[in-house]
Amino acid sequence: MNAAALDASVPEGPLADKWDNHKFSLDLVNPNNKRRFEVIVVGTGLAGASAAASLAELGYRVKAFTFHDSARRAHSIAAQGGINAAKNYRNDGDSVFRLFYDTIKGGDYRSREANVYRLAQVSANIIDQCAAQGVPFAREYGGLLANRSFGGAQVSRTFYARGQTGQQLLLGAYQALAAQVAAGKVALHTRSDVLDVVVKDGEACGIVVRDLLTGEVRAHRGHAVVLATGGYSNVYYLSTNAMNCNVTAAWRAYRRGAAFANPCYTQIHPTCIPAGDEFQSKLTLMSESLRNDGRIWVPRRMDDARSPETIGDADRYYYLEEKYPSFGNLVPRDVASRNAKTVVDSGMGVGPLRNGVYLDFADVVARDGEQAVREKYGNLFDMYQRITGEDPYRAPMRIYPAVHYTMGGLWVDYNLMTTIPGLFAVGECNFSDHGANRLGASALMQGLADGYFVLPYTIGGYLAPRLGRPPPPADDPVFSEAVAAVADRTRRWLAVGGTRSVDHYHRELGRIVWDHCGMARSRAGLEKALSEIPALREEFRADAKVLGTADGVNQALEKANRVDDFMELAELMAQDALHREESCGGHFRTEHQTPEGEALRDDDNFAYAAAYFWPGPDRPGRLEREPLEFESVTPTRRSYK
Amino acid sequence: MSGTLDLRLRIWRQDGPGAPGAFQDVEARGIPADASFLEMLDIVNERLLDEGIEPVTFAHDCREGICGTCGVMINGRAHGPERATATCQLHMRSFADGDEIVVEPFRAASFPVVKDLMVDRQAFDRIIEAGGYISAPTGSAPDANETPVPKEAADFAMDAAACIGCGACVAACPNSAAQLFTAAKLGHLNVLPQGQPERWRRTEALVETMEEFFGSCTNHGECREACPKEISLDFIALLNRDYLKAKVKNRRLAARA
Ligand SMILES: Cc1cc2nc3c(=O)[nH]c(=O)nc-3n(C[C@H](O)[C@H](O)[C@H](O)COP(=O)(O)OP(=O)(O)OC[C@H]3O[C@@H](n4cnc5c(N)ncnc54)[C@H](O)[C@@H]3O)c2cc1C
Ligand code: SF4
Ligand code: FES
Repeated sequence: MNAAALDASVPEGPLADKWDNHKFSLDLVNPNNKRRFEVIVVGTGLAGASAAASLAELGYRVKAFTFHDSARRAHSIAAQGGINAAKNYRNDGDSVFRLFYDTIKGGDYRSREANVYRLAQVSANIIDQCAAQGVPFAREYGGLLANRSFGGAQVSRTFYARGQTGQQLLLGAYQALAAQVAAGKVALHTRSDVLDVVVKDGEACGIVVRDLLTGEVRAHRGHAVVLATGGYSNVYYLSTNAMNCNVTAAWRAYRRGAAFANPCYTQIHPTCIPAGDEFQSKLTLMSESLRNDGRIWVPRRMDDARSPETIGDADRYYYLEEKYPSFGNLVPRDVASRNAKTVVDSGMGVGPLRNGVYLDFADVVARDGEQAVREKYGNLFDMYQRITGEDPYRAPMRIYPAVHYTMGGLWVDYNLMTTIPGLFAVGECNFSDHGANRLGASALMQGLADGYFVLPYTIGGYLAPRLGRPPPPADDPVFSEAVAAVADRTRRWLAVGGTRSVDHYHRELGRIVWDHCGMARSRAGLEKALSEIPALREEFRADAKVLGTADGVNQALEKANRVDDFMELAELMAQDALHREESCGGHFRTEHQTPEGEALRDDDNFAYAAAYFWPGPDRPGRLEREPLEFESVTPTRRSYK
Repeated sequence: MSGTLDLRLRIWRQDGPGAPGAFQDVEARGIPADASFLEMLDIVNERLLDEGIEPVTFAHDCREGICGTCGVMINGRAHGPERATATCQLHMRSFADGDEIVVEPFRAASFPVVKDLMVDRQAFDRIIEAGGYISAPTGSAPDANETPVPKEAADFAMDAAACIGCGACVAACPNSAAQLFTAAKLGHLNVLPQGQPERWRRTEALVETMEEFFGSCTNHGECREACPKEISLDFIALLNRDYLKAKVKNRRLAARA
């Protein structure tokens, strides 16, 4: 039904020309008219800050919102490893087509060709842009840019700034934004929690915001709304994401009519520090650049109690190197993660809780010396030591996979517009580009591609014909009704008077989602999740204990709204995972695997993006399919042997 | 390492910016030594909630020392006793069983208390907005390798750019000066070839905006002791040198115009 709802608006023409043709065919907004348009940008991470700054430079009036106390604190700041770009500075055979091909293949043929090709095309511009802003990328002695190779790629196309690439890219975007704030082109609202999107006559026209300092709820109007609100990994409670990352803005957009695509595509990062106890609040990622030099193993004998340094090579099971001789420790994330799970599940795990595998640097230290290792990975080794109290220069680290990134998100067309006209989604909160699995160093690339080089063009195509059509007036009931609903919903938590903390319910939810919709999924498990989640949600709504007031800072109250939305999202994830009777990328259904335990795709029946529409409360999402057609690559089974 | 600690906490409670504040004494028993400092506060908060007492408000997000959101005074020291460690990276194994721990917000006139341990550090954003950037509108950049950056300059810039904007330097300073934060931004941008055109303008604007909000530096060096990223005092020396030069150069440029 309603096929028009999922028109991806992919331009005609050969793949390599689509973006240029499209840019030429888009309506332009005359420079003097740009200031007549007000654009709302929610989120100041890489995607949001770059979009807000670029739109303001073009002349649009921009209002930017973040719940953080400063735009610089967005979760993008935590990215460590690097950013990809098809510069071919290393002369090792990289090209736009190769980056495109690797991304499509890495995504297990579940992404849209045209978007991915454009991403690869603009990737080179990103590096130019960031270098011009003063991002201190790593350099060779001659002063030119350095590169490293990164999980899943056989060329060196990753640019980096020590182990703090996300921080430096975000500071570049934040500073560009700050310049526009100072110039009066961007009105920046910090500590502002966006709790709803306002839609009138089918078009997005504003947002509802709760001031986190005063608790005041009010609406903001705009000609278009851009969501850049990041991913939803925290639905698992424990993840590598910052504590406050959440799905609320995207979820509320879903409830207003925006399709949510591929919610079950989540990524598990293979190199994190294994979880400790109940009190653990988050998991810490160790950049996967470590896999370039570290060797992953477990003892061959399950009962081998010797300390790792004393176990000889013959008694070590280098499972990735043995199973995948050509890629070895550099297989893509999903493959590395699943293999770690297999060895741990079979009882071969290491560490006090037997929930990890070794990542060993002894060979590199012997080959290159401790100093060389320190220069390359010093900050990561320090971080490991600080958290575990163990010295990784003396004994191998212990690692285990953790939830890290969500490929699913708001469905967007080629213009990055959701199914609600005027509502755009950029960065991790949309579903584009990475298919069922994201390659390392490609999220930063996508966030900045969207924000600097795609949205600023495509939004013009939406706005141009709307000149002289202001959003509804401030006193339109559509705003007051949305404000009242948000204020009610927020206050309701204080009236529950329950017995258990919001965190308790979040932890319980995380356990269900991790057990049944995590690294491996099965029909039985997903059905169990689908019966447990609604029950937990009801209990949460009836029993959450939130103290304090709605008229000022109240962290538990903020969290209650977020966990409530996670509860609904979790159900949709399980629904999606259950319906997708195949394994692809990060989605591994135990029923669908090869005899060797590799993912078994079903292209005949599932070569589509699954986009869900909100059907009203407490009912399963209504599924629409966007077929994926591959004209420039032939889907093959990924093999990293 | 494992085991648990029994601690006595004195935690600052304050309802809002204007409200009076006071210490609340909390017995924290059985705290796992492997917990981080913020996880310890999580545990305490769950217990307070059980007793019907509103949990302690504290700022945090990444919990891995990079976002700069966290930061409290722990026994009078910004970010606590460990060198080069943000509050969120501090672990309870740094404390001993039976310790009394005093937990307060960062204290500085320009960082008003928002609630309990949470403060407002917007003054830092004002400094960056004054010119802590290189103007490079999107789309205008040349190929990145057209402007080589000597490795030493890139490394120097990166050392400075590592600042996470946490404000511990201000909290640690007897004068509540923000020299280290400001110098870190100038150190990042002023040595790069891309940063030269705006160097003098930027320096003057940043320093003068800083002075509007913060106290003056009298070279105590406490900032560096507290800094979780070990930003070097050498950057303050660069700030001072560049500021003197900037005054002269900007005056000349203005006279010529
Ligand atoms: C530890 C870690 C390491 C990583 N390393 C890499 C790497 O090396 N390379 C790579 O390519 N990728 C990496 N990633 C992934 C990458 O960092 C993220 O995908 C990317 O930064 C997301 O950027 P974003 O702009 O979409 O969202 P974010 O940076 O998450 O920003 C979201 C913004 O939205 C705001 N926001 C959200 N909801 C609301 C709301 N309701 N109201 C108001 N504001 C809201 C937030 O305040 C924030 O400003 C890493 C991720 C993690 C967790
Ligand atoms: S200089 Fe150090 S202490 Fe000051 S804000 Fe930066 S990181 Fe924090
Ligand atoms: S919480 Fe991010 S630096 Fe401490």
